[in-house]
Amino acid sequence: MEDMQYVILKKERFNDFISRLSKMQKLIAPVSKGYNNFAFEEVSSGSDIALKYIPTVLPLKKFFMPQRETLLEFKMAKGADAEAVVELEPMTIFGAHTCDLAGIQCLNMVFSERPKDYNYLTRKNRITLIGLECNEYCDEYASCHLVNASFPGGGYDLFFTDLGDYFIVHVKTQIGDEIVDVTGFFEKADVSHMNDLERLRDHKRKVFSNEVPIESKKLPELFDKSFRARVWKDLDERCLACGNCTNVCPSCYCFDIRDELDLSLKNGVRFRIWDSCQLEPFARVAGGINFRKERSARQRHRYYRKFRYSVDRFSRFFCTGCGRCTRTCMAGISLKETLNELIKESEDRVWKKWL
Amino acid sequence: MEKVALKDSGYRLKKAKILHTKKMTANEKFFEIALRENSPLDHEPGQFIMVSLPGIGEVPISVCSSPVKRDSFDLCVRAVGKVTRSLHKLKAGDEIDIRGPYGKGFPIRILEGNDLLIIAGGLGIAPLRSLITYILDNRRDFGKVHILFGCKEPKEMLFGDELEDWNKRTDLHYACTVDRADPDWAGNVGVITTLIPGVDIDPIRTFAAVVGPPIMYNFVIKELLAKGIPENQILLSFERNMKCGNGKCGRCQIQNLYVCQDGPVFHYERIKNLSEAF
Ligand SMILES: Cc1cc2nc3c(=O)[nH]c(=O)nc-3n(C[C@H](O)[C@H](O)[C@H](O)COP(=O)(O)OP(=O)(O)OC[C@H]3O[C@@H](n4cnc5c(N)ncnc54)[C@H](O)[C@@H]3O)c2cc1C
Ligand code: FES
Repeated sequence: MEDMQYVILKKERFNDFISRLSKMQKLIAPVSKGYNNFAFEEVSSGSDIALKYIPTVLPLKKFFMPQRETLLEFKMAKGADAEAVVELEPMTIFGAHTCDLAGIQCLNMVFSERPKDYNYLTRKNRITLIGLECNEYCDEYASCHLVNASFPGGGYDLFFTDLGDYFIVHVKTQIGDEIVDVTGFFEKADVSHMNDLERLRDHKRKVFSNEVPIESKKLPELFDKSFRARVWKDLDERCLACGNCTNVCPSCYCFDIRDELDLSLKNGVRFRIWDSCQLEPFARVAGGINFRKERSARQRHRYYRKFRYSVDRFSRFFCTGCGRCTRTCMAGISLKETLNELIKESEDRVWKKWL
Repeated sequence: MEKVALKDSGYRLKKAKILHTKKMTANEKFFEIALRENSPLDHEPGQFIMVSLPGIGEVPISVCSSPVKRDSFDLCVRAVGKVTRSLHKLKAGDEIDIRGPYGKGFPIRILEGNDLLIIAGGLGIAPLRSLITYILDNRRDFGKVHILFGCKEPKEMLFGDELEDWNKRTDLHYACTVDRADPDWAGNVGVITTLIPGVDIDPIRTFAAVVGPPIMYNFVIKELLAKGIPENQILLSFERNMKCGNGKCGRCQIQNLYVCQDGPVFHYERIKNLSEAF
């Protein structure tokens, strides 16, 4: 497959490709939901798809780790064994931006770390991922370059780049190769196509740059110095503790586990459901002690999970730079602004030493 | 959406039967439990299990018996809320579901050959009882053993008969205190820290194992450091809100540590600078 790594799909064949793809298994793609609002939803034709879109309201995690998923089914009868289950739905996702692919890579790491989470891992293996490159910035909230997510970095079966009259497509996996084969709309990429791709990438290298003034590799160090920064106090006053930022985050995966009985009270399920470290009871224990009682401590925890703890545990940032937390925040808390403040504050500290 | 059985699920439950229960105080109840076919739980002292009542919920509870006892294991449960109150309604012969054991318990291999200072506050005696009974089962493998126990009032004392027995033994030193005495109480009165200066230890070869309410830790650690026990020889067990036990749900996280997987037992040295720890 090595020399077949790049193929092209002419734009006039895109709709046929999508129709064909949607007949193979359930197909999900970004669709427009009114002005500047997009969502990943089931599609059956190319015209449903928004090829130019800013990050959807919810990221792809909703397919990999559904908002609510059943873990156990049980009967209330004495002696009955509870059965562990996984909810599965084979699907293809078309049009995932590099920030969202990065988000899935984060979740993959979390759930394949021991003890492995086979609910996630089994489901993940039924999902085919087709990426789509961002040729330009989506909007001013993104910070994907800072966290190394502005260029494709794997995590897909096929990766599409829009080059005007055609898409150039990177075939990464056997599954991707089979899609190319079975649909039959692709042609071999030649040198001129590769040159077009290189030109786009050159252009991107000029347009995309670190969105806050710091080298990425210095971020962990910045956070090492920032645990008692003023910014957290400031966030304390602004944060409404609604949990929107974690719900829309592609790499937030905290959950609650609950039980529920059906109306007959004979059968029940145990399910997990997205939860948020931003909510007050999240870290409260019996006796009422709460280890992250202040909103400042909870916001700080969110940022450290993205930029510091994940670096220790998984050697990568868990921020994918998608900008969703900023776009969704009702209190106008901005990730880029917070980082800027942290940088400023740490520079102030350096100055003070010299004065 | 298709639902299929998942053999490897981290949430799969094991059936267990309650062999015996005993009301210990107004709020705490003792349970002796056996897995199906009496298969061993195979835990380490200090580890915990998730106890399930399907339809009601699941809670983390420390195993409070020695792993040397293979046919069954013990739990001591304080009724504080939904699941623990429902557990209190169960009796011998009833079934529960469990998963686990989870977490890192006391580092037995490191403790062997050293002296031990065991400090339990209130319900902290539960996880420590698994350590203490393990030590008593293997008494000659350990050096000197001191046990200090403290609780609020004499009527809150857990495992009273066993404490009495430890008090009588010649191969360990035991002392206890209550915050508030009642008319029948003839022993020490005062917080547990008042017992520490009086214990005669060689700090360099002593490991301290401390479990109690969060507020106890700061005071006890100060005394232990004053005694000269090195920071990496002080072991603490933490209680946090827990849902999964698998290091995923995020509930139990202290900065970059997950108490359910990296703990619940920690070396003081490792966690002393974590601001959310105490
Ligand atoms: C490692 C570990 C070992 C433990 N060992 C024991 C033990 O040996 N004996 C014992 O009696 N208790 C033990 N606990 C505490 C026990 O897990 C909680 O008391 C129990 O989860 C409360 O659940 P509930 O449904 O009865 O109460 P709920 O109705 O859920 O809530 C009552 C209160 O408990 C808090 N809470 C809820 N869930 C948890 C949770 N999972 N962990 C802690 N607090 C929670 C709530 O915020 C609320 O304040 C241990 C906890 C941990 C983390
Ligand atoms: S209990 Fe879920 S992460 Fe520890």
